[in-house]
Amino acid sequence: MSIPQSEFLAGCRAIVPLVIGAIPFGIIFGTLAASSGLSFTATMAMSAFVFAGSAQFIAIGLITAGTVLPLIVLTTFVVNLRHLLYSVSIVPHVQRLSQSWKLVLGFWLTDEVFAIAIARYNQEDSSRYKHWYQFGASVFMYVNWQICTLVGLTIGHWIPDATSWGLDFAMSATFIGMIIPYLKNRPMIIAVLIASIVSVLTHELPHQLGLIVAAIAGISAGIIAERWVGNRDE
Amino acid sequence: MNSAMNEFFLIFGMTLVTFLVRYPVIGMSGRIKLSPQFLQVLSYVPPAVLAAIVVPAVLISENTIVIDHTNARLIGAIAALWVGIWRKNLLLTIGVGMLVFFTWQWMLAIGR
Repeated sequence: MSIPQSEFLAGCRAIVPLVIGAIPFGIIFGTLAASSGLSFTATMAMSAFVFAGSAQFIAIGLITAGTVLPLIVLTTFVVNLRHLLYSVSIVPHVQRLSQSWKLVLGFWLTDEVFAIAIARYNQEDSSRYKHWYQFGASVFMYVNWQICTLVGLTIGHWIPDATSWGLDFAMSATFIGMIIPYLKNRPMIIAVLIASIVSVLTHELPHQLGLIVAAIAGISAGIIAERWVGNRDE
Repeated sequence: MNSAMNEFFLIFGMTLVTFLVRYPVIGMSGRIKLSPQFLQVLSYVPPAVLAAIVVPAVLISENTIVIDHTNARLIGAIAALWVGIWRKNLLLTIGVGMLVFFTWQWMLAIGR
């Protein structure tokens, strides 16, 4: 097997727990969309072209409430602003790639894919094909989201409340496991603690803004801590 | 959404704004030169973002903060954190976290 192929498959494997965690959300999205008045085609198109879980959920809520179109689009923009953090973060790792690669990786950049991809990029081996790992994770996440949307749209009403399955906890467990390797020095620990505290304090902010505020608070706290105590590893 | 035309503009608009957040910085990345200081700032992004996603997901249910034994997600998260720090193995962390979470949820359900 070639190196790109094995990176691709490793990316698919790595994102499995997050794919599982996304299943109930995809199904619920399809189910809600079906009863919101959005057509079958438009719902599938939203999953296929927008491909942004939180924004899609919020859009369905707004459609159901009869919100005007420009406001739904504006809200989508605000909800997705956090992706800016992700795209800036992967800049050093994708700079040298062709424009078509950048298009592909940019279009598919979600929370889950970012989490998986940045962990691979930060590994110290010199593989030149780490973007294939991100590509594999992206494709798997994408295909799963389309299938789950379709399942929700078609047989969603017969599926018992997917929120109660607890499958979404797979994402939490995975993210916890992914945070741990970063906790090697005091500034990182402080960054994670501050981001955690602020995320709880700001949880009532709409449109995922709490996430952005908490992340920026955590990053700033880490930088400030670095100035004060230095980042010697312990 | 009453007409196919409206739906088209909705999907088109949402696709455009989402793409305009995700792609341009990556698209221009060939011409961007990041200073070592800025790279240092970026190194805090993943752990800060992951914490900002996971902590509310674990602690908050239906807009209320729940920090006690009735929150199976919290128990599962503590188990995952403990195994993760102890064994430093991602798959084991996820597996034990899920197992403890499902077991706790099940015990809460039969205890009710």
